Amino acid sequence: MSTLEIRGLKVSVETEQGAVEILKGVDLTIKSGETHAIMGPNGSGKSTLAYSIAGHPKYTITEGTVTLDGEDVLEMSVDERAKAGLFLAMQYPVEVPGVSVSNFLRTAATALRGEAPKLREWVGEVKSAMESLKMDPSFAQRNVNEGFSGGEKKRHEIMQLELLKPKFAILDETDSGLDVDALRIVSEGVVRAKEANNHGILLITHYTRILKYIKPDFVHVFANGRIVEEGGPELADKLEAQGYAEYVTA
Amino acid sequence: MSSLQSNVLENHTPTGREEAWRFTPLKRLGGMHDGSATAVERNSLAVKGTLPTGVTFSHQEIEAVTQTDDVIVNRVRQFTTKGAVLSIAPNAEIAEPIMLNRSSFGTDSAEFSRVLIKAGSHSKSVVVIENTGDTHLAEDLEIVVEPGAHLTLIALQEWGSKTIHAARHHAIVDRDATFKSIVVTVGGDVVRLLPTVDFIAPGASCDLSGVYFATAGQFFEHRMFVDHKVPNAKSRVNYKGALAGDKAHTVWIGDVFIRAAAEGTDTYELNRNLLLSDGARADSVPNLEIETGEIVGAGHASTTGRFDDEQLFYLMSRGINMDDARRLVVRGFFNEIVSEIGIEEIQERIMARIDGELAKAGK
Ligand SMILES: Nc1ncnc2c1ncn2[C@@H]1O[C@H](COP(=O)(O)OP(=O)(O)O)[C@@H](O)[C@H]1O
Ligand SMILES: [Mg+2]
Repeated sequence: MSTLEIRGLKVSVETEQGAVEILKGVDLTIKSGETHAIMGPNGSGKSTLAYSIAGHPKYTITEGTVTLDGEDVLEMSVDERAKAGLFLAMQYPVEVPGVSVSNFLRTAATALRGEAPKLREWVGEVKSAMESLKMDPSFAQRNVNEGFSGGEKKRHEIMQLELLKPKFAILDETDSGLDVDALRIVSEGVVRAKEANNHGILLITHYTRILKYIKPDFVHVFANGRIVEEGGPELADKLEAQGYAEYVTA
Repeated sequence: MSSLQSNVLENHTPTGREEAWRFTPLKRLGGMHDGSATAVERNSLAVKGTLPTGVTFSHQEIEAVTQTDDVIVNRVRQFTTKGAVLSIAPNAEIAEPIMLNRSSFGTDSAEFSRVLIKAGSHSKSVVVIENTGDTHLAEDLEIVVEPGAHLTLIALQEWGSKTIHAARHHAIVDRDATFKSIVVTVGGDVVRLLPTVDFIAPGASCDLSGVYFATAGQFFEHRMFVDHKVPNAKSRVNYKGALAGDKAHTVWIGDVFIRAAAEGTDTYELNRNLLLSDGARADSVPNLEIETGEIVGAGHASTTGRFDDEQLFYLMSRGINMDDARRLVVRGFFNEIVSEIGIEEIQERIMARIDGELAKAGK
């Protein structure tokens, strides 16, 4: 049983006009096996929260703590956070020219497992992850995210979730840009990975449609850099009916 | 010819003010350019292994196939009338790469060397020159690609740290012939290479690719000139370089000239540089001159950038440490061209050398 704990997190970004505070004090605790949905309007700071936990250099933590089983995550380098068990499925996965998916995945698995996976077993693992996400085998030879469609990028992210087996998965708008079939395939991948690894999930989304596949235990409404309301799955139904208008005050 | 005119070298000792020499550190050329070097005939170019049938290699009297204004090449021609001749018979299709390497070296004198590579009409071949060791070498390398022939020349500068190498690789490409050149420069103190192409009949094409990696103190210059003087020829230039360390300096010049007669020309040239530390300098000058509007296409691009933080973040967020992430990004950057070599063993050796250069560069 693991716990990811975020306390009083304040984050700012450097702009031409100076530092701008985006996160204004976020508190959140996630345990293994739990699924937390964070829902909020565009620009409310959801990706900032995800990137800050993962350690993106663009974001400056000005206050607060993030711990994983008591270990100070904010002290860790980006790769150390991944080794500690954090995984971020990005809203906009990055192209890495000239690096094949297969080389990338094997390098990542080697880094996270501390030794190179045995070739035969590894080939099998990758093959079955790709099959279940309905990805063409030729995908492995393509360069990371280069020329991928929006849906292919998201499948590739969830394939990594299945292969890299983190303790906590942060899924940043994994549903955006997916058609109904792709949404189902990708969501099933998330559910399968969770059944296999029992990791905690922080599911960031703008829409409720993905929650039909990935059932949240907790729903947090995010607006203007903080959590403004919390509840169970019924809160998502309320958002579905009413939208975010009541939380976004001009 | 306006500004390109000034690019053409005059046959006298350069001062450094000439367009063609303005980036080159003349003091570090070992006197090859001003006659002060002790010129010797070393015949260092040799066949590695055995030659396939249909290919001959010999040292013999040699006749220049083109004129040049390059002062070093002219000094080489003044010095000797002999050179190495590699001939690929007409219609020969050589499946295995033809491997050449260096058999003798020296840094207290300079080898003045002439080479002619002749790809007979409708032949198909890949020639690899492995340049290793510490030496001073001034090289006049001429390449004749006869009608319908396909020649790939892979020139690997894996020199030791004391080498001074000045060379002109001049290709004459005939009707429907294809010349592909892959230049790799990852070693040496000063390397100055002039890959130049003359199209002499319609339907000719060339593809000039290269990679270079300069670390502290190294100077690598690659200066192309593609002369489109006949209709319907096609040229592609793609060079990628990385630099790291104090006073690492690279120069890439891409001169492409489309003369009035060269209707139907299709050309594109590209140079990308990855600047991996402060104190390094990448000069990149594409230069396209067009005397006719009746062309298929003509373009160029040049970029110089640093590591992409987003790429490194993405890789590291998957547990890959900083050094490995940088190595992946650099290998990925060069992969497009290195993978064109098509010889696994050489590709892996070059990539390993690139890893080594990157490691030398530190953080
Ligand atoms: N580099 C930046 N400079 C200025 N503003 C930024 C920068 N990065 C993010 N922001 C702002 O931070 C806010 C939150 O962005 P983000 O976390 O991406 O929101 P969300 O993911 O909820 O849509 C937005 O208002 C955005 O404009
Ligand atoms: Mg976002």
